[in-house]
Amino acid sequence: MIFTSGATESNNLAIRGVAEFYKDRKNHVVTTMTEHKCVLDTCRHLEQSGFEVTYLPVQKNGLVDLEVLRNAITDRTVVVSIMAVNNEIGVIQPLEEIGKICREKKTFFHTDAAQAAGKIPLDVEKMNIDLMSISGHKIYGPKGIGALYVRRKPRVRLVPLIVGGGQERGFRSGTLPTPLCVGLGEAAEICAKEMDGEAKRLKKLQERMLKGLNDKLSDIVVNGDLEQRIPGNLNISFAYVEGESLMMGIKGLSVSSGSACTSASLEPSYVLRALGVEEDMAHTSLRIGLGRFTTEQEVDTAVDELVRHVNKLRAMSPLWEMAQEGIDIKSIEWAAH
Amino acid sequence: MSYSEKLIDHYENPRNIGTLDKNSEDVGTGLVGAPACGDVMKLQIKVGADGLIEDAKFKTFGCGSAIASSSLVTEWVKGKTIDEAETIKNTDIAKHLALPPVKIHCSVLAEDAIKAAIADYRAKSAKKDDITDTRSDSGHEHAHPND
Repeated sequence: MIFTSGATESNNLAIRGVAEFYKDRKNHVVTTMTEHKCVLDTCRHLEQSGFEVTYLPVQKNGLVDLEVLRNAITDRTVVVSIMAVNNEIGVIQPLEEIGKICREKKTFFHTDAAQAAGKIPLDVEKMNIDLMSISGHKIYGPKGIGALYVRRKPRVRLVPLIVGGGQERGFRSGTLPTPLCVGLGEAAEICAKEMDGEAKRLKKLQERMLKGLNDKLSDIVVNGDLEQRIPGNLNISFAYVEGESLMMGIKGLSVSSGSACTSASLEPSYVLRALGVEEDMAHTSLRIGLGRFTTEQEVDTAVDELVRHVNKLRAMSPLWEMAQEGIDIKSIEWAAH
Repeated sequence: MSYSEKLIDHYENPRNIGTLDKNSEDVGTGLVGAPACGDVMKLQIKVGADGLIEDAKFKTFGCGSAIASSSLVTEWVKGKTIDEAETIKNTDIAKHLALPPVKIHCSVLAEDAIKAAIADYRAKSAKKDDITDTRSDSGHEHAHPND
């Protein structure tokens, strides 16, 4: 384990480090279209320095197609980087199967496990994981600390991003922040102890929330596979209601809008787009997180708040009105602006 | 993002939500934006016999700024003539609500919506006049009250 400043640095170090080290023999990286920005951006940088990158599409449920993955790997592929759990939709990729394919094809397997660590069992041996990134604050540990697992047998070599005194086996120089490292370790231990019980408790809350919403609202869609998913995540499109306006209404709840309307780009989430979610539906999505401190009472309050505001916003939505009148909004020629 | 009190007030207590009869001759309807872009505004005006906008209603699919912008313009156009209403600028809306730079497009959309509603009303009136003109061919000169 190499301590880093967080999963962003771990992902940078893993992908760039391994690509740079083996660049004389290999020049190809495989990843998916739904990775976290720090993986995608690292890959873009590699492309600029001459590497080839394959961005695999995902299926409608958010999972990679293993045959598509198998066919994408060539003898020039240095690393396959596929996240364990998606940060927006919470789907769990088939890590064991991916690891098996990578081992067969003699390429390294890196997984960004920032959203998976502490939530689902991760076994680097069973899953043939060569490099794995984790983050402190995603497992209730301190911010500013993360780690990268680097396999020793068979050995994975990396070019470091930060050089100097040769700390962390030379992979990451600089004095470590001892309190943060200890905090990460403690957080990991607590997660490991509580994992089974927490998974069951959160699954109940997730089901309670979804049932509550489905009982009182029509036209809502869960984005991403519901089974291959961590119980702490729900990503829901509330049709005919724009996500950011809904967020503004449910002030007591801390959720995030799948729609990136807050940025100047006005682009909806690239993850949802990769799933084939239509743009109009992508604009109506919310990511709802359930965690260690979420109670049943809070889930019920959240359901009530969501239902109240979705109904209020639908009452003022011209799209909802059209849908009630039986007008297909896709039949209208909308002016771009 | 931090929003002004005026914007939050319009979002939380939107004025003039509703629908007027789009087939009525004295109603002009503007529908602008696109679902794929994340905002759609429907704005309607009802023009009285005196040429003044006597009622305005809106429905908006969009962020809080889009809802507030359309709510605000329905308040502003009421009691104005359509010529006066047409002079409402997006910059006035943006300034009044203190829209952050990334939300300026919401005020542009609201201006477009009122212009579209006025254009629809004018097109309807012209059509009505055409019919009246044809009828008056056989007889006396038709005097339009607004002439």
